[in-house]
Amino acid sequence: MSTAGILHLSEIRKNKYLTLFASTFRLSACTFGGGFVIVPLLRKKFVEELGWIDENEIMDLTAIAQSSPGAIAVNASILIGYHIGGIAGALVSVIGTVLPPLIIISVISLFYQAFRDSILVSRAMTGMLAGVAAVITDVVIRMALSVLKEKKPLSVIMMILSFIAVRFFSLNVIALILICGCAGAADTYYTQKAARERGFR
Amino acid sequence: MILLELFLSFMKIGLFSIGGGYAAMPLIQEQAVETHGWLTMTQFADIMTISEMTPGPIAINSATFVGIQTAGIPGALAATAGCVFPSCIIVLALAYLYYRYRGLTMIQGILKGLRPAVIAMIASAGFSLIILSIYGQKTLPADLGEVHIIPALIFLASLLVLQFRKPDPMAVMAAAGAAGILFLSVF
Repeated sequence: MSTAGILHLSEIRKNKYLTLFASTFRLSACTFGGGFVIVPLLRKKFVEELGWIDENEIMDLTAIAQSSPGAIAVNASILIGYHIGGIAGALVSVIGTVLPPLIIISVISLFYQAFRDSILVSRAMTGMLAGVAAVITDVVIRMALSVLKEKKPLSVIMMILSFIAVRFFSLNVIALILICGCAGAADTYYTQKAARERGFR
Repeated sequence: MILLELFLSFMKIGLFSIGGGYAAMPLIQEQAVETHGWLTMTQFADIMTISEMTPGPIAINSATFVGIQTAGIPGALAATAGCVFPSCIIVLALAYLYYRYRGLTMIQGILKGLRPAVIAMIASAGFSLIILSIYGQKTLPADLGEVHIIPALIFLASLLVLQFRKPDPMAVMAAAGAAGILFLSVF
């Protein structure tokens, strides 16, 4: 089937859960440096490679994942799993996401002092951290450019103010999400009202 | 019943840690060190260090570690299951609402308002990672010139490759790790 390069539809369906499991497992095994790292990884896999999710949806899902209790990586996987395969899909992706840290920590717990003090591990980590910082910066540049392309001044101003609020004033993320959600609602309300008034004239 | 206790303790941690790993840390300390005495303070510090050196959420890593230390593999499974249980219920409910109502104009407006906020949050997390990576500490140093050259070069090279070649980010991270071992061992 790989030689033909085309998967039959029923095979895609059969393989859906397998792909979901394999993808979330691989991504989770690579989420060094905090939960947000899962966002560029999920975007690459599910938006660019598989096309199962669109560009804006990944940002919506990130907002929901960030403002719900629990780990961002787990929450984001649940959302994507649910979108692709309902409740069963969500379960498959939770298991895929949880297994790598479960296995890795179980193994490391046997010799964690040696691991913690290993010079090679620490050198690899120094390099990986730089790589992770680059992966996050890359996705921020791509997402910010997509907002700039819309040419909506409100979005650009909100993006800059949000960054300043979170970065320099340590604004609580839940508060930020509420404020920006209200701003979006108000903008929609007035745009619709203006459109209606034009319609009546 | 140690398995049930592990499940319930980590369920509390999962339920009350909103906003990622650093929100979970004090809760883990409270439950695992102070309330139940499953970990000593030194072990707690160790697991936080190891969490930063291994993939996966801090809460899951701690759940596995505490579980395995107190009740072996079943303990690890019980604690981890407890940790993700609240997420499963709450996020599934939100996912249902999102996919049901996102077509509404008003919901679309709200979601549009959230996108700049999401980018800002990821940008802020990225900024912290850059500082940690090239300065080796969590906050900007007084002298901005004290850059650690090797991580800074790995960062720039990775970013250029990502921007212009669109490779798999996991491959970039692996290559950056290998570069870290190679260059830090040579220089």
